[in-house]
Amino acid sequence: MITIKEVENLANLARIKIDEKEKKSLTKEIDSILTYIDQIKKATVHIDHTLVIGEVHNVFRDDVVGGCEDRDRILASAPDREGDFIAVKKIIEQ
Amino acid sequence: MIDLEKITIKKAHEALKRGDYTCVELSKRYLEEIKKKNKEINAYLEVFSDVLDQAREANKRFQAGTATMLTGIPFAIKDNILIKGRIASSASKILENYHAVYDATVIEKLKKEDAVFLGRTNMDEFAMGGSTENSAFGVTRNPHDMERVAGGSSGGSAAAVAMGGALVALGSDTGGSIRQPASFCGLVGFKPTYGRISRYGLMALGSSLDQIGPFAKTVSDTEIVYNAIKGMDKKDSTTISNNSEEKSKKLTIGIPRHFLSEGIHKDVIKNFNESIDKFKKMGYEVMDITLPNIPYSLAVYYIIMPSEASSNLARYDGMRYGLHKDGKDGIEDYFVTRGEGFGKEVRRRILLGTYVLSSGYYDAYYNRANAARRIITDDFYKAFEKVDIIMTPTTPTPAFKIGEKSSDPVSMYLEDIFTVTANLTGMPAISIPCGFSGKLPLGLQMTVRHGDEATLFKVGKEFLGE
Repeated sequence: MITIKEVENLANLARIKIDEKEKKSLTKEIDSILTYIDQIKKATVHIDHTLVIGEVHNVFRDDVVGGCEDRDRILASAPDREGDFIAVKKIIEQ
Repeated sequence: MIDLEKITIKKAHEALKRGDYTCVELSKRYLEEIKKKNKEINAYLEVFSDVLDQAREANKRFQAGTATMLTGIPFAIKDNILIKGRIASSASKILENYHAVYDATVIEKLKKEDAVFLGRTNMDEFAMGGSTENSAFGVTRNPHDMERVAGGSSGGSAAAVAMGGALVALGSDTGGSIRQPASFCGLVGFKPTYGRISRYGLMALGSSLDQIGPFAKTVSDTEIVYNAIKGMDKKDSTTISNNSEEKSKKLTIGIPRHFLSEGIHKDVIKNFNESIDKFKKMGYEVMDITLPNIPYSLAVYYIIMPSEASSNLARYDGMRYGLHKDGKDGIEDYFVTRGEGFGKEVRRRILLGTYVLSSGYYDAYYNRANAARRIITDDFYKAFEKVDIIMTPTTPTPAFKIGEKSSDPVSMYLEDIFTVTANLTGMPAISIPCGFSGKLPLGLQMTVRHGDEATLFKVGKEFLGE
């Protein structure tokens, strides 16, 4: 059983604020999902830490400078901005 | 009056070429239909205000004799595919007012042909869901039955085409999000081989699973759109070159009977068996196959997808773009922005992904799921030594009622049972309409070897008599 404390820890790691009511419902829901996905513990697998999806191969390209998308549009998407900088709250105490 | 019932890309193209009607008239016809039906169905989140300007540009191509097959063809575009300058919200509050700063590669390709974009379509938030009920902007109703869901996550794209509100549409498919709504809405829905179509400009859900693909009323239209948007792209290093060629030999169909025993609606099974009989009559050889590890596929999917989603959605930080909610400091900004910006299912999947990736559980879940993904893929490789096409129903049930599954995530996830394997293996799969349960459409799913799209189109056309 997943506990409320574990849900709080996950929400903390994922940087998501979750209210008390949802914490409760999430323990129940995540539990039912975990019960379902736990069946893979029965699968006979060889874990070799390699993963190949389909016919995808490694791709190389020359290391050359390409263009940049519209810089002003990108900056304009920021919620807060100072000139050509994206403004965020101060994180270092003086 | 343009007959939207029987229209196809080819017919429209020829009519536009002959001058039976203009691109503007064709687009107007769709806009009228959208105006009549969208309020109730909610297929479109936004109908673009410049549709007729786009159509006029397309007209010029016909006048100049430079029109191509998709010139002037009206498209609906899923809200997670970027069109420069337009809102792309993924049906999420966190991106409600986000304007795309560039074109997705598929959009760039369609723009080169002067296709017309009618609007952006509703979806489950960030493509998480199978019913469009997880949209922050209301559910999409099924045009065949307003009480029922259109499917998801690309439910808006499916409903748009099914209600006559677009000739074709683009969606994205991470675990069945094109094929399942296509099946629910009586359309053809196609997920190509992983890497065939560039994901550049598609908002990421599960990067090793996601593919863009078309919705259409016919296999021929599906093929035309696919050919227009596929191809290698420097901006998506997982894209691969095309080596598909049509095979002329007699084709064998494989059926994983052992996987079709539980939890399937009786009409779905009955219709599936009738469809198989039809193939037999058409001269196909049919045999039972075993995919020993396929019962694990849904569990594997619901480990890998949330893992990738929780990582991909870390980018929504309320600082660089999208919604910003103010907390007492920078860290709290993250918490309140993401808490308010993401909907319930998105929060749930991010937490689930965080759980299965956390130290102590990583080996038991994520690594194990990847290893199981490999053995499932091997099962398919082995089966394809004997058969050319694997067939199952697309979904275990026809479209379900709105609200029926929304309180139980696992029962909702079980809807994906037949579709997730194509995403896990990266193999191409198509859903084609194959009959009805009452008034509700049913879909038949066909999966083939990597890169063997040509076989899907050939067999699909034969089945539908195209």
